[in-house]
Amino acid sequence: MTEIITRRKLIAAGFTAAGAAGLGAAVRLANRYGLIPPDHNHIFGSGETATYAALRLFTSHHSRAREFTRSDISKIAPVKGEPPKSEAYNRLLSGGFADWRLRIDGLVDRPSSFSLAELKRLPSESHIYHQACEEGWSFIAECIGVRLSNILNLVGVLPQAKYVVFFGLDLPDTGDLRNVIGAKWNSIDMDDAWHPQTLLAYGMNGQDLPTRHGAPLRLRVPRQLGGKSTKYLSRILVADTVNNIGKGYGGSGVEHGFSWYAGI
Amino acid sequence: MDSQRHSLVVRATHWITAFSFLGLLVSGILILIAHPRLYWGETGGMGAPSLIDLPIPFKIGYSGWGRYVHFLSAWVIILTGLVYVLAGLFTRHFNRNLMPARAGLAWKAIWHSTLDHLRFKQPIEEEFGTYNLLQRLAYLTIVFVLFPLVIVTGFGMSPAIASVVPLVVNVFGGQQSARTLHFFVAGLLVLFVLIHITMVILTGFTNRMRAMITGRSTHD
Repeated sequence: MTEIITRRKLIAAGFTAAGAAGLGAAVRLANRYGLIPPDHNHIFGSGETATYAALRLFTSHHSRAREFTRSDISKIAPVKGEPPKSEAYNRLLSGGFADWRLRIDGLVDRPSSFSLAELKRLPSESHIYHQACEEGWSFIAECIGVRLSNILNLVGVLPQAKYVVFFGLDLPDTGDLRNVIGAKWNSIDMDDAWHPQTLLAYGMNGQDLPTRHGAPLRLRVPRQLGGKSTKYLSRILVADTVNNIGKGYGGSGVEHGFSWYAGI
Repeated sequence: MDSQRHSLVVRATHWITAFSFLGLLVSGILILIAHPRLYWGETGGMGAPSLIDLPIPFKIGYSGWGRYVHFLSAWVIILTGLVYVLAGLFTRHFNRNLMPARAGLAWKAIWHSTLDHLRFKQPIEEEFGTYNLLQRLAYLTIVFVLFPLVIVTGFGMSPAIASVVPLVVNVFGGQQSARTLHFFVAGLLVLFVLIHITMVILTGFTNRMRAMITGRSTHD
């Protein structure tokens, strides 16, 4: 009897040790291959981490969001949220965004800024994407803009980059990224940043981007839900971590309860 | 007389599935009430023609953590379901306990079994430790039709999954169709759970609960 118990205990201890070692190795591997999302330590972070890791392994640079034809474009493109309620935004809007500039800095060789006219002079692309909101509604629209990867190549991304962070025009001008309370911001991993369908869009359905859809410039990441496509862009930051921005979860949406990864 | 009723795998996977299903149901409702309208095809939203307007007020603010809980529960229920199905195939649980005998599949037998249920006829002695025809058909439908369908319609709403397997959404005729079907299949699963619990209560709640917890049941 005692022999059985000892043997049982031994086997159990062996399994526990192997399990712990296996888990440790899995975490190290997952970290190395970028399979752990910034909100992994959120209250429901375990499901989020499993989903992100699984879909990162399942998708590749070659998996493309579905694209549609001109006749599929929705007659109504629902939209949520209001443009920034600031004097500065209204001035930019009434000036046709002539004074607006997109700043790109962080882990890049050549920190730069672009005017809207300069962005429009870069090679332009048009894609017809399906965009669904986390709430449940969706529409199909044409997005016109420049590939994010083109911009990243122009500024030269450093090898240690892991995230590209997007800030809206409501970003407080304090220089302290920990204190971005109330501002809309989000981030994507390098996989989505280099993806050929990820666009900086200044146009929609053959026209300039409508105000409520994020004028003058919004992000479009068609392999993720709409909440990821940050509007009213003002600054792009290339970073190796998002721990030092806001609450460190990788986006303002997470602070409102939404998961960082929105591929499902 | 005490007899072995349910195997450990069946009992463990049953209860993990039950609790994850509850998590999925509650979080699913939280996600749904952000936009309680159903559409057909690829797109739909405010101002676009809808298929069904559910008589529920729009309530945003819960779908964020609702989604976290939904996908966490989904992981648990899918992995548990895989263990159940693989163990069931390996131990021949499906063949021995759930597949109806060929003769039993006649319409007449199905009709008789249905009548017995409608008359709330109590199971006879030799039926107690096994499953009757309607039970077998119901369980097989849940395991091999409705659960796979609710999972695949869920996948159909994911732009990342669709980027690898566009068929997962195209087969349903669009992202909104997948959402609508997900809702109706979930509804059928809830209907099953309600009937299942009712039958457990009607046919001896304590004994049946004991059988599903300890694995043993009494009958005289």
